[in-house]
Amino acid sequence: MTPSTRRLVVIVALLGTAGFVVWGLTGLPPFGGYRGPYGFRINAIAVAQTHATGVVSAVNFFYRGFDTVGEEYILFIAATGVATVLRRLRGESEAGTDPQELDVPPTSEAVRMFTLGLLGFVFVMGWYLASHAQTSPAGGFQGGVVSVSAVLMIYLAGQYLRSRRLSPIDLLDALEAAGAGGFAAVGIGTLAAGAAYLADVLPLGNHLGAVNSSGTIVLISLLVGVEVTAAFLVIASELLEQTLLVGGER
Amino acid sequence: MSLLASAASPPAPPYALHLLQASLLVLTLVGATAVVLTRQPVRQVVTLSIYGLVLALLFLSYQAPDVSLSELTIGAVLLPLLLLLTLAKLKNSAK
Repeated sequence: MTPSTRRLVVIVALLGTAGFVVWGLTGLPPFGGYRGPYGFRINAIAVAQTHATGVVSAVNFFYRGFDTVGEEYILFIAATGVATVLRRLRGESEAGTDPQELDVPPTSEAVRMFTLGLLGFVFVMGWYLASHAQTSPAGGFQGGVVSVSAVLMIYLAGQYLRSRRLSPIDLLDALEAAGAGGFAAVGIGTLAAGAAYLADVLPLGNHLGAVNSSGTIVLISLLVGVEVTAAFLVIASELLEQTLLVGGER
Repeated sequence: MSLLASAASPPAPPYALHLLQASLLVLTLVGATAVVLTRQPVRQVVTLSIYGLVLALLFLSYQAPDVSLSELTIGAVLLPLLLLLTLAKLKNSAK
């Protein structure tokens, strides 16, 4: 096939695709239009049934809790995969942990002051988000990633070895497993209590919008927070270790 | 609490919200093009991080604060960090 025939074939194919895309777009419902009966049904009953005022969390951790278990295990397996691929390979040597030896660029005093000052607030914010899934748009995933950025601030402040001491890999692995396993275990617990998988069997509390107002939702959200924090820290620590401590073939 | 309070207050006039959404959509287009057109990897990470920030604002303007929170940390902080670390590792092993 000569280049000019090839170009002709591509142009015809692209025009055809464009035609189909435009044809498809004209048949779409109007912007923001929603035709599913499921959402309206959930909106009508969710607050009364689960006492969660954050209905998105009620869907994630209760109505579709089983889907969320699957999503959590995707993250769990991804972190395990990174840890496996980035383990210290034969022929690689680990540099000493003497700060003088490490190739860490110096950090300006302003960055150090700023990050170390913000650290506590960001961490508290993360756990506030993880523990208020039932009352706000927050949730375990958002809370988890915010807490991860708190730990990474220690690294940003030039205290890599300290952040390493603060988040030892073995402890992270254990926490990750506890978070992921805990979520599944809550489901098995509800089965043992004679209800459906991940059914809301805990008392719903008296006050709408209180932390303990919606049974298992807050428990699951906290476990997701633990799992997400640990999983992302495992990934980040493995990469930091590869970059800063592990040398190539020597 | 403030989130609950803002949900209870009357919604912004549609045209203001639409203007915000439209400008954020344009910014998203510009941002994505900028990321693709930045050729140097380290600079590309910076544009990608800013693009993550724009996406977070876009999600917020479409009333998805939960997605916005995740995108803010993943897109603007964690992903750039992982990419920068990988680039640093590549530079180290090339030495």
